[in-house]
Amino acid sequence: MRKSGFIRSVALPLAVVCAMILVWTLVWRSGVFHPSAFPAPLDVVRGFGEEARSGRLFTDLITSLFRVSCGFGLAVLTGIPTGLWMGQKEMARTAFLPIVNFFRNLSPLAWIPFAILWFGVGDASPIFLIFLSAFFPVVLSTMAASANVPTIYSRVAKDFGMSDSEKLMRVTLPAIMPQVVTTLRVTAGVCWLVVVAAEMIAGRDGLGFAVMDARNGLRTDILVVEMIVIGLVGVGIDRGLQQLTKIPSIRWGYEK
Amino acid sequence: MTISPLQLRHVSRSYGSLEVLRDLSIEVSHGEFVAIVGPSGCGKTTLLNLLSGFNQPTSGVIERTGKSRMVHQQDGLFPWQTVSENIAMGLRHVKNKEDRRQQVEEMLRLIRLEGFENSYPHQLSGGMRQRVELARALAGDSDILLLDEPFSSLDYLTRLRMRQEVSRILQERPRTVVLVTHDIEEAAQLANRVIVLSERPAQIRSEMSLATPRPRDPTHPEVVQAIRQILTELNVESDSGEYETA
Repeated sequence: MRKSGFIRSVALPLAVVCAMILVWTLVWRSGVFHPSAFPAPLDVVRGFGEEARSGRLFTDLITSLFRVSCGFGLAVLTGIPTGLWMGQKEMARTAFLPIVNFFRNLSPLAWIPFAILWFGVGDASPIFLIFLSAFFPVVLSTMAASANVPTIYSRVAKDFGMSDSEKLMRVTLPAIMPQVVTTLRVTAGVCWLVVVAAEMIAGRDGLGFAVMDARNGLRTDILVVEMIVIGLVGVGIDRGLQQLTKIPSIRWGYEK
Repeated sequence: MTISPLQLRHVSRSYGSLEVLRDLSIEVSHGEFVAIVGPSGCGKTTLLNLLSGFNQPTSGVIERTGKSRMVHQQDGLFPWQTVSENIAMGLRHVKNKEDRRQQVEEMLRLIRLEGFENSYPHQLSGGMRQRVELARALAGDSDILLLDEPFSSLDYLTRLRMRQEVSRILQERPRTVVLVTHDIEEAAQLANRVIVLSERPAQIRSEMSLATPRPRDPTHPEVVQAIRQILTELNVESDSGEYETA
């Protein structure tokens, strides 16, 4: 029963992918688009080999992942404490919530010109932009989660004589973890979108720059290679973070 | 007998202009099981929050000697901790790891949940969860047990079973107990003394003592007699021909 379910869960998506490649081939054959604007599937396979052999695909991938990790990591490390603080202190919430909401709704891409002016092209600009994409959502979600921790847990903490720091580490943080993990998954996805856009405009390397470079060289086959890699890595990041929801001390938040 | 572990002297509590408790004086003696019943919304939970020290009275004095632990209606366990970890919360003062593990094991045996030490609360039934909460409150050095309608979220048969469990567990681990409940049968079956509160603002309407030792059957004459008496106090006794749903 389980085995046939597994085969089905692989076979069905695979069939869809094959159908898409078939449609792609048919459109290419039909000549609706000029060959220079529409690569053949086989060209893309060759392009992939070329990119892989030169090692450029790999270094671009590492560059982009490094930038996302830095920006995202920095946002999580600063955003969760800020969110906790705003969740616990009503004064802080009243003071900062409007401005956090403002930046949350301001597209990080609008910062690109300033990012280039301040940090130039290199690692710093994309990291700055990714930080902006992740920081505000993480703050808001942590704040909402920690303000909504059931008061019964505070009573229990008091009953068992917990100090404030103990309560923070052993009650508040674990209580908000399921919601925080959900936000991390959504936010990491956004960061992966932003890094490509940032590198397209303000980069000299990375997957986003490779997309732009392929466009400039009219290498549509390479363009598709980059697109496929970007999409697959995005799925991989989400799958990786999804593993967090399987940690027993977090899993309770996703039950029932 | 030493000083009583729990004393309320002329305790009142208001929320703004809403007077919830008026001039309550209650003394609970060592090892006593006191049940407090009253119409719903009469301030039973407010009273428990005062007894546990979570809130302070508007006027009057509460004196508590020893540690108190509360068992909540439901969802009082930490869902991110296993059964063992939840129970071990009450044992944080025990420095030796091996001692602590042994005491957790003993509690698991006491509540008959051996084999569930690594389960999480959401994997247990409602009755099992309440047993774990009871174990958490009893583990270690607590003196006073405060029960806030601990079985009200359970079905009737499970509730009957839980009362037997409480009787049995208290024989092994005697505590001073205050039970707040709207389940009159539960109060009469478990308590040495039942205090009936009036409607808000709550005052003591009457008190009665039960001498029969636990465990008691719900059909024991003294229990039945007490139930009848409480119902009369609350104006819901059927012989009076009067029904109130307040």
